[in-house]
Amino acid sequence: MNNKKRYLAFPYILWSAAFIIIPLLIVLYYGITDVDGAFTLDNIKLMFDPINLKALVYSLILSGISTIICLALAYPLAMILRNAQLKSSSFIIFIFILPMWMNFLLRTISWQTLLENNGVINTILTTMHLPKIHIINTPYAIILGMVYNFLPFMVLPIYNTLEKIDNNVINAARDLGANGYQTFTKIIFPLSMPGVISGITMVFVPSLTTFVISDLLGGGKVQLIGNVIEQEFKFKYDWNTGSGLSIVLMVFIIISMAFIAKYDKDMEGTNVW
Amino acid sequence: MSKKLVDLSNITKAYGDNVILDDLNLYVKENEFLTLLGPSGCGKTTTLRIIGGFETPDKGKVVFDGADITKLPPNERQLNTVFQKYALFTHMTIAENIAFGLKIKNKSRQYIKDKISYALKLVNLEGFENRSVDSLSGGQQQRIAIARAIVNEPKLLLLDEPLGALDLKLRQDMQYELIRLKNELGITFIYVTHDQEEALTMSDSIVVMNQGYIQQIGSPEDIYNEPQNAFVADFIGESNIVHGTFLEDEMVEIFGKKFRCVDKGFGKNKPVDVVIRPEDIDLVDPKDGTLTGVVTSLIFKGVHYEMEVLANGHEWLVHSTDLSPVGAMVGIKVDPFDIQIMQKPQSEDEEAVISDEQ
Repeated sequence: MNNKKRYLAFPYILWSAAFIIIPLLIVLYYGITDVDGAFTLDNIKLMFDPINLKALVYSLILSGISTIICLALAYPLAMILRNAQLKSSSFIIFIFILPMWMNFLLRTISWQTLLENNGVINTILTTMHLPKIHIINTPYAIILGMVYNFLPFMVLPIYNTLEKIDNNVINAARDLGANGYQTFTKIIFPLSMPGVISGITMVFVPSLTTFVISDLLGGGKVQLIGNVIEQEFKFKYDWNTGSGLSIVLMVFIIISMAFIAKYDKDMEGTNVW
Repeated sequence: MSKKLVDLSNITKAYGDNVILDDLNLYVKENEFLTLLGPSGCGKTTTLRIIGGFETPDKGKVVFDGADITKLPPNERQLNTVFQKYALFTHMTIAENIAFGLKIKNKSRQYIKDKISYALKLVNLEGFENRSVDSLSGGQQQRIAIARAIVNEPKLLLLDEPLGALDLKLRQDMQYELIRLKNELGITFIYVTHDQEEALTMSDSIVVMNQGYIQQIGSPEDIYNEPQNAFVADFIGESNIVHGTFLEDEMVEIFGKKFRCVDKGFGKNKPVDVVIRPEDIDLVDPKDGTLTGVVTSLIFKGVHYEMEVLANGHEWLVHSTDLSPVGAMVGIKVDPFDIQIMQKPQSEDEEAVISDEQ
């Protein structure tokens, strides 16, 4: 019986070895070797080249802002959904998930069409004799694209944790003398932290590494770290530098996630006060 | 005569077309252990939630300690609630759970510390301060929920089926714990349950509710021995409810036989409901019985035997420590004070209620 169960896991072990672990090891190998296959740390050090560093900092800022905007939009919505009648809440969630069924690339391209200087939005504005907006090929368009694409990933985990909070736990806080604000800060928000953390992770990480959104909505004028790495692989055929930069980015992500997780643990209990 | 602590008048509550409470009037005296008892959907929990402030009545007034609190939010009421399934804060330690209400009220650190150890001692969980909620059993979590409520020194403690999730043995132990706590603290308890045994064990007064109406209010003895209608008789314990004719004071006719009883004032030759508890029926030699019948089933229940006796077309439920074998001819005899006479239900509503329950 036990042996049979072990066989069931076999396809997944094979899958993760072939498509996750081995590729990661290859990236690691390329990252710490030069063209001739000799060991070097030059590829890693290239991250601290001013141009690359600037792209990384820029990526951190844009994805950070996008994450904050997503959180600010998603949390109130999740609260509303939690308090709504079951029927209407599942409908609203459906509406939110609907765009996710469309291809990610397609969604981003449609924003390009909407935002273009002679695009749909500006045509409408012109016919209404209103000034045009010029946000295509600026960081604002990139943030818009990130928020639009990744917002559902913030809403769903937060809604899931909020929905699991027993109404009587909230009633108990009120019963023990907490007003609405205290109930939120001391009970509801701390209990929803796991959802907030996974929401932040699911928005921040893909935003940090995206190159499609910045390509399409930034018009190549805004260089994010994802674009830099993409170019190393696709145009310069410099797999070593690309891998080196990828490793640094991965370490960055792991450190920031560890930081958030630790912050969350500190928050529990004592820091609530 | 102690004063009224809670006074509910003309409380009405409906969700859409579903009327939960209809013109309910009820008061609770200071230092009383009052139980709201009834089947699910009878409105007992809604009544408790209205007192706690989690529901607002559509009509009517809630007076607490002399002040109208109908519109007051729960955090401004001088009472605390122990919820069904405990509702502890899982992201806090036991000490933080108990301290929650006191910290909200900005009590001093030392005061809070003393209160926590006092409360833990009261519920027999000393040394549990730094444990997590998840590491506790159901019974322990229930005690913490009680500790968390009573450290705030409420005048009134509301308990919403607090023992419902516990197993039988633990439930019985906790019943005695609750009585002890109430006596030590000297505060008023309003307790909601559907378990009639729990209600009989703990309460000073029991309010039997059904479909949003109060059926009877009285001491456990009153409720058990003198049920006012067939619903109460049927809901509290087991009983034989039969149709009878009240011939005159202290005389009732059941299945054509005259039984002496102690009730008076039901008129002459009036149809009535008669309640006889199974343990009040004496099985005697057929020639000594008022009715005669044959034993159709026999079950051993531990403390007593449960028998069914078919007599005059009615299956009589009999509890006795002496067994009569299946097929035996027996006589049925009932002492006058064990016969309880009740008015026939006034409305069709009440009648429907009774048949629902059976």
